[in-house]
Amino acid sequence: MKDRSSLLKKLLYAILLPAILLVLWEALSRGGIISPHILPSPSRVFLRWIDYALPHEPYDAGKTHFVAWLFSGEMPHDVLASSMRVLGGFVIGALPALVLGLLMGASTFIYHLFNPLIQILRPIPPIAYIPLAILWFGLGNPPAFFLISLGAFFPVLMNTISGVRHVDRLLIRAARNLGASGHTLFLRIILPAAMPYILTGLRVGIGVAFIVVIVAEMIAVNSGLGYRILEAREFLWSDKIIAGMITIGLLGLAIDTAMSRINHYLLRWHSGHD
Amino acid sequence: MNNTENMQAPHVIIKNVDKVFSSGDKEVIALKEINLTIYNGEFVAILGPSGCGKSTLLNAIAGFSLPTSGRVYANGAEVTRPGPDRGMVFQEYALFPWMTVAENIAFGLEIKKLPKQIIKEKVDALLAKLQLLDFRDRFPKDLSGGMKQRVAIARVLALDPPMMLMDEPFGALDALTRRTMQDELLRIWMELKKTVIFVTHGIEESIYLADRVVVMTYRPGTIKQIVPVELSRPREVSSPRFIYLQKEITSLVMEEQMRFRNEEIRDSGGNVSARDESEQVP
Repeated sequence: MKDRSSLLKKLLYAILLPAILLVLWEALSRGGIISPHILPSPSRVFLRWIDYALPHEPYDAGKTHFVAWLFSGEMPHDVLASSMRVLGGFVIGALPALVLGLLMGASTFIYHLFNPLIQILRPIPPIAYIPLAILWFGLGNPPAFFLISLGAFFPVLMNTISGVRHVDRLLIRAARNLGASGHTLFLRIILPAAMPYILTGLRVGIGVAFIVVIVAEMIAVNSGLGYRILEAREFLWSDKIIAGMITIGLLGLAIDTAMSRINHYLLRWHSGHD
Repeated sequence: MNNTENMQAPHVIIKNVDKVFSSGDKEVIALKEINLTIYNGEFVAILGPSGCGKSTLLNAIAGFSLPTSGRVYANGAEVTRPGPDRGMVFQEYALFPWMTVAENIAFGLEIKKLPKQIIKEKVDALLAKLQLLDFRDRFPKDLSGGMKQRVAIARVLALDPPMMLMDEPFGALDALTRRTMQDELLRIWMELKKTVIFVTHGIEESIYLADRVVVMTYRPGTIKQIVPVELSRPREVSSPRFIYLQKEITSLVMEEQMRFRNEEIRDSGGNVSARDESEQVP
């Protein structure tokens, strides 16, 4: 009984501040104190969000499948377009980063060969590559993928390197004592031992990729959530801008939650997890 | 003793072994002129204060860190690298945390590329022998210290090495668990007749377990005295002979402890040198 009431209390506290802000915002907007063009009321944003999410054509059983119709609205298309870019760019950036990171972590020679170059390139924000990306790849998906993969590359690389370098020497001794050497030692001991670092890198990497995708869509392509909110600004649809931002936030949350679930499963052996 | 007939065959021969660690401009002589022969099936304890080089000696036998001069022979060959013929049990367990108990035990067998069925049978047998059957699919983080050390012992035994090297294996356990594990180890040793080289700083532990106790001096690490323990097993820690040996070995160790304290006081104006030799092993 007590558990339930304390849970209820927690929920109440969690809702309290957002609810007050929403009511205040709604009141300010309706009372005409703030122009609805500058800041539309939450209820208008919500209706616009629903409108953005729902299909525009009426349902016609003869023409399309119901599920296909349900996701035929503008928002599902934008979400899909942005997600595919994030995933594609992430894979393009993270895979070579993982391989290079493992090599740099394992070999001092390769580390010293690559490290100076990486230290020079790493502080340049991926967004600073936009002019070059457009010059090299024109407009469309190629520069977007380039920028996103760049954003994912460095976090994965840096974490992989330190993961391999921080492998407990004792575990390597134990493995060698049991007869492991060469690639067996690497694949079965060093790689899994570095996994907590690598997964942290992947999670940060996909977070950066998600930031970059929004920017890239504002500049290089004609679809996706980033494009949509910039388009809405041109029509002065402030409610749609906010509806789009909320969608971006929800997609980001979904990606991070999925990543964290995967990490949690893969690291179920780790003492930090219960 | 039931294995006197094997006692003639030398299993480990340590010949004129010196080990020098140099850090910066300072050289530390960890081992000096060590000569020791350990026989087949023998249980030998290496006893000494921290920093006496006992772990360094064990690492030389294991092949983790080769002597600066002198030679170590084990299983009829000179030691040049680590190998599964000299199974090592570490104080910190060194279990692979991403592998379950069964996977940890199977690891060495998989390296040897044995057929899956045989690996499974061996792992099952070892789980039963070390009373780990209920923990087969647990990860090490969910085990107590004693359980972890059981897994580490099973992992080494899986490869059926002729000898086991143990580096203060029960040092991190509470007193009750330690005694249980000591009895367990003795049971396994008597059953499997493996040579055991057991590094410890526990005087009582060394007398309780070993056929011979090798007492080492503090830096440079040399062999101060080898004390044979001619008590039948199971040993009674309150027997007069046990207590006598305990007193004798305690006074040997205390001499070294005092020397070490005096040196530390003398050095305390300058650099206090790293005492844990394991930190200096690359």
